[in-house]
Amino acid sequence: MTNSEPDLSREIAIVNELGLHARSAAKIAAIANRSKDSIWIQKGNHQADASSILDILTLACEKGTKITIRIENKADFKILEAITELVEGGFGE
Amino acid sequence: MEKEAKQKIIKGINASPGICIGKAYLVDSEGVQVVPKYRIRADDLSNEIKRFKAAVKKARDELHKIVEKSPEELQNAHILETHIALLKDKMLYGRTIETVKQESVNAEWALKKVVSNLIEVFQTMTDPYLKERSADVVQVAESIMHNLVGTKKVDIAAIDKRVILVAHDLTPAETSQINLERVMGFITDRGGKASHTGIIARSLEIPAVVGLKNATASIRSDDLIIVDGNSGRVIIHPAENTLIRYEERKIDYEKYKAVINRESKAPAESKDGVRLAVMGNIELPEEVFALINYGGDGIGLYRTEFQYFNRTDFPDENELFDKYKDVVEVMHPKPVTIRTLDINGDKALANQFNSEETNPALGLRAIRYCLKKPQVFKDQLRAILRAAAYGKVRILFPMISTVFEIREARRMLDEAAESLEKDGLPYNRDIEIGAMIEVPSAVIMADVIAENVDFFSIGTNDLIQYALAIDRGNEQVAHLFQPLDPAIIRMLKHVADVARQKGIKVFICGEMAGTPHHIPLLLGIGMDELSMNPQTIPNIKRVIRSLNVEDTRSFMKEVLKQTTAKSTFELIKETYGSILSKQLYSG
Repeated sequence: MTNSEPDLSREIAIVNELGLHARSAAKIAAIANRSKDSIWIQKGNHQADASSILDILTLACEKGTKITIRIENKADFKILEAITELVEGGFGE
Repeated sequence: MEKEAKQKIIKGINASPGICIGKAYLVDSEGVQVVPKYRIRADDLSNEIKRFKAAVKKARDELHKIVEKSPEELQNAHILETHIALLKDKMLYGRTIETVKQESVNAEWALKKVVSNLIEVFQTMTDPYLKERSADVVQVAESIMHNLVGTKKVDIAAIDKRVILVAHDLTPAETSQINLERVMGFITDRGGKASHTGIIARSLEIPAVVGLKNATASIRSDDLIIVDGNSGRVIIHPAENTLIRYEERKIDYEKYKAVINRESKAPAESKDGVRLAVMGNIELPEEVFALINYGGDGIGLYRTEFQYFNRTDFPDENELFDKYKDVVEVMHPKPVTIRTLDINGDKALANQFNSEETNPALGLRAIRYCLKKPQVFKDQLRAILRAAAYGKVRILFPMISTVFEIREARRMLDEAAESLEKDGLPYNRDIEIGAMIEVPSAVIMADVIAENVDFFSIGTNDLIQYALAIDRGNEQVAHLFQPLDPAIIRMLKHVADVARQKGIKVFICGEMAGTPHHIPLLLGIGMDELSMNPQTIPNIKRVIRSLNVEDTRSFMKEVLKQTTAKSTFELIKETYGSILSKQLYSG
């Protein structure tokens, strides 16, 4: 089983105006902190721990950036879906 | 007493507008600079981690308490909530604990090390927003550090006199404790425009200058200082004449702000619920920002002559388009009414103010000139249609005196659209077309002209001049320039009635629209929109809110019975004097 298995990752674009700023990052981290295993956000060659606001911020994702959310444990599938929904919905901003 | 100190000006970043003058109150954030480092024995490590966790928990509880106590109107609760989340962030919390374990060091040292690394990461980022997030990390870390080393924080909530806070930096927690009855403004060494300190100052509407670098080093508590949040200057020990000048500026600014704040952005709705669009007249694109600040509902008259002045050639289409597009984009979705060239362009270019025409007001100008110079006109029409692709544009043709002119103008507009289509440039032909009603013949022929346009815009300045045959610039007759002359009022009424019958809109963009005591009359006549100098908008909006449109309609019946300008004015004073004077002078 590889990391690229579609079930375990989602490629999405940042749609909200502000991009991944402190507030949006905090919302992702709040969800990711409920996971069983690590949740990663990947942008190009960089990846960040989705449960850390600061790590997410270091990715510097502005509006339009394509990111991949990745889980390591199938049990976290609901978390993956919830984060995807949050990002695609523009964080309700 | 020390001897009289010399005035000193330091410059920072204007984070929140306004001016305040008062005594400085220094807030030190002491105790964080010197962090001791010592080894922790292996069997004490778990206790050390417990100590760190307790410090974090305490910081968390403190922040929660502040969030709860924060006044509702303070919009920065989310900043504090982010800080609460940061306290437990892996990169901060997790790594500090790891560092304690791996290096067998005390928590203070581990925290300091982790924070320094984080700050480095953020400060190398190019995005200014992200760059400033290192300040969040510092503030969060400081609140933990305070609990670890046990220094007592300055209690801003306990300040008991009117002061200006002077601090190295203020945390959101500290700023949210600011008691507005005590704190007039604040200045800090650190911070930028997008820092929380600036955001909070703006939401509190108190003057603030940040990023001063050495304010805490140059100012002692109880020093007299002036904070000019408009220019980003702080004046320490102001000289007497500086003090007087700033007292005046402060009063002016507060007056201005009072007018602006008092609901100028809210719509102008009469007592009986009729909403009127209150628009602004502009000449330069730069005026758009003032117009928005004054609460304008759009641009009712964008004069386009300026670009033709002080040059030897005509501006080309792209040059015009760039300026129009700027204005249209900034105003979007509010309407921008662009009036086509309203002068004799040849004379503007030649800078000839001494006209060869014996009677330039009745000469070759505005639509007459444009129709005679199709290429000049076409460039402008194309630029306007192209700008219309970026927002809501209306086009207004000036000095229409016969229906032929409006038909010709329309034909040329269609041609301009066709040529743009051919050139494959983006444009929008679906815009409202208006005729300026400022020549008496256009008033008489309003019903015919109405068939060819979507709206009328009455230019009262020229209409009065032409109808009463008065040159306002001629001192001998200037006093006869009477907007309230019954002839003028009947003309306005006629144009408005025709517009209603023909189902088109009628606007007014002359000086009459910006004169408070004319408003009952203009409402009674049934104007759909008023356009004026931006700075008069807040006041006119207030006047409209105090009026009842139904009443002004019956008032009009009385107005129409008047036979002179004087008696009309007396009638307005008698009927609306109290409302108007209250509106105008109650401050």
